[in-house]
Amino acid sequence: MSAKITRRTVLRGTMGAGAVTVGIPFLDCYLNDSGTALAATGAALPVVFGTWFQDLGFNPGRWVPAKTGFDFENNIELKVLDPYKKKMNLVSGLQYFLDGKPLETHQTGVEIVTTGGIGGQAEAMASTDSLIADVIGTHTRFRSLEVALNGGRQSRSKRANAPNNPSEPSPAALYTRIFGPDFKDPNAADFKPDPVVMTRKSVLSYVTEQRKKTLAEVGAADRVRLDQYFTAIREIEQQLALELQRPDPLPQCTVAQKRDEMKPSSLMPSVIGNSKLFSELLAHAIACGQTRVFNINIGSQGLRTEGSAQTWHGLTHEEAIDEKLGYQKEVTYFITTSTKMCADLLGVLDNYQEGTGTLLDRCGIMWMTDHGYARTHTMDNIPVMTFGSAGGRLKTGQHISAVGDPATRVGLTMQQIMGVPVSSWGLQSNQTSKTMKEIVA
Amino acid sequence: MKRKLLGGVGLAAAAVAAGVFMSGTAINTATAAAVSKNAAAHVPGVAVTRRLSPSQYEATIRDVFGPTVTLGGRFEPEVRRDGLLAIGQGYVSVTSTGMQQYEAMSRAIAAQVIDEKHRDIVIPCKPADAKGPDDACAGMFLGKVGRALYGRPLTKDELQTQVMASNMAAKELKDFYQGMWLSLASMLASPEFLFREEKLKAKADKNGAFDLEPYAKASKLSFFLWNARPDDQLLKAAEKGELDNPRGLKKQVDRLMASPRFEEGMRAFFVDMLGLDELDVMTKDAVIYPKFDSRIAADAKEQTLRTIVNVVLEQNGDYRDIFITPKTFLTRRLGAIYGVPVVNAAANGAPEQWQTYEFAKDDPRVGIVSHMSFLALHSPPGRSSPTLRGKALREVMMCQKVPAPPAAVEFKIVQDTSNPEYKTARARLTVHATNPVCAGCHKIIDPLGLALENFDGTGSYRLTENGAPIDTSGALNGVSFAGAAGLGKAIHDSPATSDCVLNRLVSYGLGRLPDKGESEWVKGLGKGFAEGGYRVRDLVRTIATDPAFYKASGQAVPAEVKPEKSQAAN
Repeated sequence: MSAKITRRTVLRGTMGAGAVTVGIPFLDCYLNDSGTALAATGAALPVVFGTWFQDLGFNPGRWVPAKTGFDFENNIELKVLDPYKKKMNLVSGLQYFLDGKPLETHQTGVEIVTTGGIGGQAEAMASTDSLIADVIGTHTRFRSLEVALNGGRQSRSKRANAPNNPSEPSPAALYTRIFGPDFKDPNAADFKPDPVVMTRKSVLSYVTEQRKKTLAEVGAADRVRLDQYFTAIREIEQQLALELQRPDPLPQCTVAQKRDEMKPSSLMPSVIGNSKLFSELLAHAIACGQTRVFNINIGSQGLRTEGSAQTWHGLTHEEAIDEKLGYQKEVTYFITTSTKMCADLLGVLDNYQEGTGTLLDRCGIMWMTDHGYARTHTMDNIPVMTFGSAGGRLKTGQHISAVGDPATRVGLTMQQIMGVPVSSWGLQSNQTSKTMKEIVA
Repeated sequence: MKRKLLGGVGLAAAAVAAGVFMSGTAINTATAAAVSKNAAAHVPGVAVTRRLSPSQYEATIRDVFGPTVTLGGRFEPEVRRDGLLAIGQGYVSVTSTGMQQYEAMSRAIAAQVIDEKHRDIVIPCKPADAKGPDDACAGMFLGKVGRALYGRPLTKDELQTQVMASNMAAKELKDFYQGMWLSLASMLASPEFLFREEKLKAKADKNGAFDLEPYAKASKLSFFLWNARPDDQLLKAAEKGELDNPRGLKKQVDRLMASPRFEEGMRAFFVDMLGLDELDVMTKDAVIYPKFDSRIAADAKEQTLRTIVNVVLEQNGDYRDIFITPKTFLTRRLGAIYGVPVVNAAANGAPEQWQTYEFAKDDPRVGIVSHMSFLALHSPPGRSSPTLRGKALREVMMCQKVPAPPAAVEFKIVQDTSNPEYKTARARLTVHATNPVCAGCHKIIDPLGLALENFDGTGSYRLTENGAPIDTSGALNGVSFAGAAGLGKAIHDSPATSDCVLNRLVSYGLGRLPDKGESEWVKGLGKGFAEGGYRVRDLVRTIATDPAFYKASGQAVPAEVKPEKSQAAN
């Protein structure tokens, strides 16, 4: 592993002189006493759902805490999450069930935990985040925002019968998408609807209506795809409609600062640097009411350090277990660094004050992985974590041992607390109707 | 506002008879079952609606608006299915995020078309008054452009919709060109442009199969040969019904194949088949391979394409020769990787020039699997991998499926690359393959990949690994050989190799795997391919002139058709 570029130089390079924490004016006079709602309207600050996908699991014996319940201590590989221990839940012992289907390594687990199905089933199903976005994401400029930290385009978010939503690999491009010319500052003094936006919306609506009339009978396969097309168009129309309305003032919203990104790539310095930039951007986007759902996919498999012949994924299968340490040393560097990136995201959200609470408090973030132990592709003892209390809907600060339970239990619970009307989720053995009551407030 | 605008439109909302995704011949499942019962020799598979690939989208924009119009956007990622992106295109739709990008791109492109630099070149008329709508001029432009963008003339209703849209916007924004901007943008974001549908004729033939409509025929032919939408001449031939008779069809096939754009089309096929698009995003470790950068990856892709084009098109040679040809094309950068001198005669600062190069008879580098494009693409970032290469040889070159590794396998023995006992990949893999769970697959993968171990992770030549000499002996279907030359010969001789290119080419043209009812047809194509000496040019011509290529069955109509209902409404 090369030490030419240290983490410190990277941070200095990417963040410039700016501090990593997000400086926000403390305007809680706008908020009620508990900071959970806008004083003027009494409306609760909306709940936010997020996902953090970190493939390749943990090392056995190094992540499950010794105790369950509220007085657990984080095991060594999760120690870095200690500052947020009271705001997290860790569920251990979960399982991905194959039901006799072939294991597509690093894929089947992803399908199960995101959609509750396997292979063709998963293709027909929507991911948890998009089911939730259909409920909480329909009144924001972006129904959801997807980012990938490895320079790639892959996300783990999808609609039913649809390909995965593409991820944004570049913080600079995401900045432009959110805070570029189309951004309407909710706190701006004057608001005038843009006549071009108005006309764009009229033309789009008119042309779309005309096109729909031409569709009487289509083949089954094309029908599904055409529905997706029109769904996407309708979302653009909704977005344009939002641009024409005076937005509700959000006193805690400040426009993110534009910063230089590192060239998006799978090399660790750029992954770490851009992860911070993404975290900051997403925090501002949420505070400014631009989205209520975000999905962060590390794209763990291809990550690598400079000078290393193998990627993280390659190393899980090829690196020898260090006899003294008892685990794969290089693999463990990736595990702990990625978990630290997750902790840094939580830090950014938790530093964003909203009255007596923080942005993290109104988030419910779900941490997922593909295998329990990547080296041997295990499908049991799967970890799933949650962060934030989802505006008081989640009870936090616990380790729950759910040995042998389908991992879909957590996805079901998150959907339920976010308001998705669902009582059972997943297929065959991955189907569950058992809400994880311990974490529901 | 919307009401006000639409109120002024007063358009009759008559349903039109044509449109994308609207095969007039979509059939219900009961009919489909009846048809397959009466199946005669050739029962074609379903018609496929495909999303334009990024290169097809770019080519269309370039063809219609000229090369100075830039796209300024990001495409949705492509999906590979059954070995081809061309098949994936038949499955993908657009996601919401992707549609936002398409919509933004459509506005950016349309804005350039109507800017002062382009408008007089592209728009064939001037408005009577630039401060308001001019339906006659708008109709002339939108009709002309629409025909090129959709690959067929717009229906009367479609054209009326677009003219009305431009009218609305021009009135509202008090600018004729702003009206053109938004109407054109809406065409560029339409399903008719973003997808290409295979519309079928209304009447089935005696076997229950349908012929494609003339414009769909033109499209299928043009994308197959040029990877682009039909040009004006081809559309005219479709309009006159010339593609329905063998002579007319042959005339167009000859014309398209004689054009330099045929090479572009064939390149697109080989990029797809060999996965060379992956080279655009491939990275190598800069410390281990300091000579590697993205320019050299681009050169590597170009080298292999030039080599294939030379064998297959310029010489009209045997396809299989791409695996044994010592002849190739190099830049200085590639010369540095391959350790051969390439003299660049270009002046300082001029772009790299391509030089023809022929490796010596005894040189270990022979055929395209000894090219950097293959060796580097199927290696991890910092070393070689006989397993990845062996798997790619089976899957990419011979269309065989290698199963994924099983769960819960111990890799303890093969892990340690610094173990003094197992210095080479062969030694490590041999020990690994003593595990019976792993042995089954590694037995069919490794003997191929190990023959290329003389080439490191970027394709440079080496004789040793960790100080131990490398043994490049291998075997395929019981035939033993040594090194890349032997491997190339073995691939050349394997019937799977020629079957593979045939299958991929047919699937590429159809947008799906051939159906069971088409197997006799494919078999016949294979027979002709073999008898003719495996000439891809001839194979392409045979397919493109064969009426069977332009036949399809309808898609099943869902039991309940509710056109207005969509997913988000559920």
